[in-house]
Amino acid sequence: MTVPADTRPMVEARAVHKAYGRLEVLKGIDITVGRGEVLCLIGPSGSGKSTFLRCINHLEKIDGGELCVDGELVGYREVGNRLHELKDREVCAKRAEIGMVFQRFNLFPHMSVLDNVTSGPVWVRRAASGASRERARDLLARVGLADKVDSYPNQLSGGQQQRVAIARALAMDPKLMLFDEPTSALDPELVGDVLDVMRDLANEGMTMIVVTHEMGFAREVGDTVVFMDGGVVVEQGDPTQVLTDPQHERTRSFLAKVL
Amino acid sequence: MTIVPVRHPWRWVASVVILVLLAMLVNSLLFSHVVRGGVREGRFQWGVVGHYLFVAPVLRGITVTLELTVIAMVAGVLIGILLAVMRLSPSRLLSGAAWVYIWFFRGTPVLVQLFFWYLGIAYLYQHLTLGVPFGPALLTFNSNTLITTFVAGALGLSFNEGAYMAEIVRAGIISVDEGQSEAAASLGMSKRQMLRRIILPQAMRVIIPPTGNETISMLKTTSLVSTIAVVDLFQATQSIASTTYQVVPLLMVASLWYLFFTSIMTIGQYYVERYYARGSARQLPPTPLQRLRQALRRQPAVPVPTLASAVPIHHEGVM
Ligand SMILES: Nc1ncnc2c1ncn2[C@@H]1O[C@H](COP(=O)(O)OP(=O)(O)OP(=O)(O)O)[C@@H](O)[C@H]1O
Ligand SMILES: [Mg+2]
Repeated sequence: MTVPADTRPMVEARAVHKAYGRLEVLKGIDITVGRGEVLCLIGPSGSGKSTFLRCINHLEKIDGGELCVDGELVGYREVGNRLHELKDREVCAKRAEIGMVFQRFNLFPHMSVLDNVTSGPVWVRRAASGASRERARDLLARVGLADKVDSYPNQLSGGQQQRVAIARALAMDPKLMLFDEPTSALDPELVGDVLDVMRDLANEGMTMIVVTHEMGFAREVGDTVVFMDGGVVVEQGDPTQVLTDPQHERTRSFLAKVL
Repeated sequence: MTIVPVRHPWRWVASVVILVLLAMLVNSLLFSHVVRGGVREGRFQWGVVGHYLFVAPVLRGITVTLELTVIAMVAGVLIGILLAVMRLSPSRLLSGAAWVYIWFFRGTPVLVQLFFWYLGIAYLYQHLTLGVPFGPALLTFNSNTLITTFVAGALGLSFNEGAYMAEIVRAGIISVDEGQSEAAASLGMSKRQMLRRIILPQAMRVIIPPTGNETISMLKTTSLVSTIAVVDLFQATQSIASTTYQVVPLLMVASLWYLFFTSIMTIGQYYVERYYARGSARQLPPTPLQRLRQALRRQPAVPVPTLASAVPIHHEGVM
């Protein structure tokens, strides 16, 4: 391990396997995401995209293969040539460094927008409440919601909620952001605002993995597009190339359906 | 053309019947007299009721009843949360142990349990010992001195209530969307933070209404401790009645006090429910008090207060 820290890939998956009981959901996934890269993950329903994202921040345990984030194995600590499973506390600390945005927003409905955004820093990082609130206001201004600070989530539109969710994840200063179909639950006219925020984030150099059906976004913002089907990576490469000239029949038929 | 509204003859009949019954009741309560032991007196002896309503033994009994209610409910809720979390634990042993607890305490009458705490413990275990299991003892108590009748009553009611609260809390926890714990976990929250900050506050909306009912029910159930010689409100009135022979007026004293406290609890429950409904309803209807104030101000179209202004917001220390 002599690779300098800042050139190591952010995420490295090698032959990652995951099964729920007898159902094999991931059958050997190989993916590399470099620092500052945006990887867009596409594929039909049930192909294992969400499962893969959940494995990256250890919401699910993998059953085989190797998964590294920022050069460290997910869920294990290497001591000598032994692997020690991480304690709950260590798992939490790792998760805190990875932001995640969900299809259904999952804001905390009993808390104001501001409290949603400060919840991570204040409770997990034990940051000072005053500073966290300042920071949260900045973040909310950045996603265009400066005036919604005191609202409750259910008083916001879907697009606004999703932008709050992004601000909430960013408040933890993540080194990696995972997006699981962030715009799929939104009315078409609200999708643009959320994608704008994500585009800005990508331009600022955030490393992102985005599960999406927005092919325009994938082509414009993505550095790589990965097409998954049936728990395997069928095809990956430059977005324009994969999306306009797919090499595999399965990719072609999927794209024909969604485009 | 004239409009002929629908007529509701049965509504009229029912109203008349109810009014007549009401008149009979008022007359009987306030104005009718009877001759008892050669003395003509008011049927309900309100003077006697009024006299005993505030005598010292009754007030002491009320204190005991309220203490037992608070102790049993607080302990019951804590035991309930613990059991609910155990029930939902992936560990078979933990969830099994909680299941057995609930099975036992819900499967036996609380009256029998009270007698067990009162008589059974001292019979089965003359001495209670604090120390290393199967090892040396640090402290030893005589059961009879440690478990007074009050303690036996509090223990019996608490442990029984825990079993019922466990099911209520569990229903509340599983009513919270799974995405909530996923979002909390992805922020790096620990299991405990997740439960306390995210899951339980939302589960409260489901937990509060039945807990209010449990509290009201508990206030009345505490009267069972009179059977194990605790002088609660009911026992206090009974012991007065046994010396003065004014049995029925003293039953009325007890009933009036129970009604008074259950009414207060019902009002409290209403406001607590509103508090935990925040974030779930866009706008809450005005409370009766707010409606009254509006009516007094004679402003026909007062805007309904929004969540943010109607509900005191202080998130720290809700739990
Ligand atoms: N907790 C679970 N227990 C059992 N099976 C699961 C679980 N989570 C997911 N699965 C199964 O794993 C498979 C992959 O699910 P996953 O959610 O990863 O698909 P996806 O690619 O994200 O699909 P979608 O586009 O519909 O979100 C599905 O067949 C699903 O039924
Ligand atoms: Mg999915």
